[in-house]
Amino acid sequence: MKAAVLVFPGINRERDMARTLRLVSGQAPSMVWHAEHELPAGTDLVVVPGGFSYGDYLRCGAIAARSPIMDAVRAFAAKGGLVLGVCNGFQILCESGLLPGVLMRNENLRFICRDVFLKVERSDTPFTRGYNAGQVIRVPVAHGEGNYIADGETIARLEGEGRVIFRYSSPDGMIDPDWNHNGAINAIAGIANDRGNVLGMMPHPENHVEADIGSTDGRGLFAGLAKQLGAAA
Amino acid sequence: MKARVTVTLKSGVLDPQGKAIEGALRSLGVDGVASVRQGKVFDIELEGGDPKKAEALLNQAADKLLANTVIENYRVEVIG
Repeated sequence: MKAAVLVFPGINRERDMARTLRLVSGQAPSMVWHAEHELPAGTDLVVVPGGFSYGDYLRCGAIAARSPIMDAVRAFAAKGGLVLGVCNGFQILCESGLLPGVLMRNENLRFICRDVFLKVERSDTPFTRGYNAGQVIRVPVAHGEGNYIADGETIARLEGEGRVIFRYSSPDGMIDPDWNHNGAINAIAGIANDRGNVLGMMPHPENHVEADIGSTDGRGLFAGLAKQLGAAA
Repeated sequence: MKARVTVTLKSGVLDPQGKAIEGALRSLGVDGVASVRQGKVFDIELEGGDPKKAEALLNQAADKLLANTVIENYRVEVIG
């Protein structure tokens, strides 16, 4: 696995992400500055981490989505390369056009920082092969704008094509408004593009990979990716 | 030349911030407010004096960056 973690001004989760990638795959990722025009040769996974790129000015992720490195990421994704966006990274992928829809202000207008439960909708994707379909995992969220929305036609397509990969749920996997902390439509926490090689999600699986933290539920995502890409490649 | 781009949420898109402002106005005793939708205004200084060119440039700016046309509409005005 030869991962590249993108770094934008104002991003603050890139070190958590790099640490997790190294821990799970045994290989340290490259850290790639936003002003670069190319990804390192041989990159097989691009990760857009969380944080507050450009201070969330204009709209979350809007300015980062238009930085030079994102042209390289678009070209990489067009060739089938795997791209993972977490939190602000999800917002950046939506703003860049790699994923449909928008992350709006949380329904209750508050920044929400706590653990949530996610139902893994399918296990036959490069990102979720470390889980079972229907499995519920506990991972943290930390965002003010995680309320996913898209037009009705897009939502119907996402649902019809099985592109909703993670949903906010109760601990036993029930989809219920009480467990949908940010008000996202259909409790959507993570989606894939039509080819299935780009995934965006609001929660932070990279923060639940060590028993000392109290949960290793996030580990499956990275272990699955490492397996997909060959840990020693 | 001065110009203004106004970005507003499309109708039908939920606006929790607008709702909160609406509630605050009500609690301040400002009567007669039926609803509030919030948006953004960009005041832009342009080089050159051709209003046609200016409008094209502003549309480009709005499409490329200022508005997310998935959820927002925009209006450009060349003020002169």
